[in-house]
Amino acid sequence: MVTYFKDIYSGLVSLFIGMEVTFKEFFKPTVTVQYPYETLTMTEKYRGHVELIESDEGKPNCVVCGLCQRACPSACITLAGVKPEGEKKKVLTKYILDFTRCSLCGSCVESCNFNALEFSKEYNLASTRREDFIFDLLQRLEARNK
Amino acid sequence: MSSPIQLQTDETFVLNVGPQHPATHGVLRVKMEMNGEYIVNAETVIGYIHRMHEKMGENKTYPQYLMNLSRMDYLGALGYSHGHVLVVEKAAGIEVPERAEYIRAIMVELNRIASHLFWFGAFVMDLGGFSPLMYALQDREYILDMLEAVTGSRLTYCYFRFGGLYNDIDDDFIDAARRFIPRMRKSLIKYDKLVTGNIIFRKRLEGNALLSKETCRKYGASSAVARGSGINFDVRKNEPYSVYPDFDFDVPVYHEGDSLARYMVRMKEMEQSLRIIEQGLDKLPDGPIMPKKKPKLIKPPAGDYYQAVETARGSFGVRLVSDGTKTPYRLKLRSPTYSNMHLFDESCRGMMIMDALAFMGSLDLVIPEIDR
Repeated sequence: MVTYFKDIYSGLVSLFIGMEVTFKEFFKPTVTVQYPYETLTMTEKYRGHVELIESDEGKPNCVVCGLCQRACPSACITLAGVKPEGEKKKVLTKYILDFTRCSLCGSCVESCNFNALEFSKEYNLASTRREDFIFDLLQRLEARNK
Repeated sequence: MSSPIQLQTDETFVLNVGPQHPATHGVLRVKMEMNGEYIVNAETVIGYIHRMHEKMGENKTYPQYLMNLSRMDYLGALGYSHGHVLVVEKAAGIEVPERAEYIRAIMVELNRIASHLFWFGAFVMDLGGFSPLMYALQDREYILDMLEAVTGSRLTYCYFRFGGLYNDIDDDFIDAARRFIPRMRKSLIKYDKLVTGNIIFRKRLEGNALLSKETCRKYGASSAVARGSGINFDVRKNEPYSVYPDFDFDVPVYHEGDSLARYMVRMKEMEQSLRIIEQGLDKLPDGPIMPKKKPKLIKPPAGDYYQAVETARGSFGVRLVSDGTKTPYRLKLRSPTYSNMHLFDESCRGMMIMDALAFMGSLDLVIPEIDR
């Protein structure tokens, strides 16, 4: 009989101890971000989808070696280039990233020896259409330069 | 007014829990044969999220497969990547710089705490308490922010490389980790007050789903499921790998075998992980994070290699059979939750459904990791 009442007493005390925790937390500052009114800036090393890096002249650094294409585990990258007469390096004519398959592993950026690829900091990528995720990186580069 | 239907003792019905059910935490389906509120028979049905990770391992080159591992267990991804890189390094004979191994251990332990925190919140939510989840997620967010600043992603890291790491840690990370340790210790006291001591919580879990040592051995259970039943087995201690022998930590073992014991093991494990992180930060050597000599193309010599690691969910093993080419001949992934889950069918017989769901929560199931 005594243990019965003791149990009830200790049980009640345990509930009040828990309530004390929530009561204290009630007065603590808010930690959530009020999205979409507030947004977070991504960290320096954040890995978004890839973007082409341009040289000082505004042209892509890419020399169409195709290492990124080979390194990609999911075959997201399609690229093509031509070699203009009298030039030593190839010029990029097409760089398509199929973001629907990309798993953001960063193999392409790591494989690049010419400092031609970087991660974008973009994360608001929502769409109802599949085609919106087929990125033409060359076009995006031109759009950035405009 | 009609009288309530009286079930006959031999009259049963089938209750289908899942594949989309909040208590199963993913796409797991449980076919339950019920007699009223009591379970007569249960059968777990898996395969709803099978992605052929093992088969992909046979088709992709070694570096291409790195990102697959973090997609198995999305809560404690780094532990799985650790197992994979260790076995390939063992096979290809790649030496890892000491600094890289220390950073790996620190990262894996942080990830273990993050995983346990999420489990803690979800488990208490299964039992009907909502606010602990919010506190747990707040602490977990702190870890994820730290990991994001270094690895570049929050869940599916792809941070380890054969021979080292993708990025080195900086002073900001070390400061943040040092600040995190006392903060987390304080939080653990808070969780103790809020949940562990709570009479309703204790009464529901004490004596719930008793698992014997034999059952755990029979099914190959590991992690807190085995350690809550008195089996003192932790791969980090029993088959030491990486730099774990350098750390001083204990393996929490409880002998009760009930859901509360499994809960306690995980809570104590977080404390031990904090100790490992603390020691790792103190002992962190300087140096490179990638070896000087590293083969350009990874082609391990033909042979059979195995490496087990202790992940947040238990003992994870990778068996690699190489035929000397640039893709593995076979890559077998032994996932701990697969074994832990199969306990459920046998052990939940005769339980009430609410108790069975509490039991399932205490097993810490992550379904993509079971299905692979």
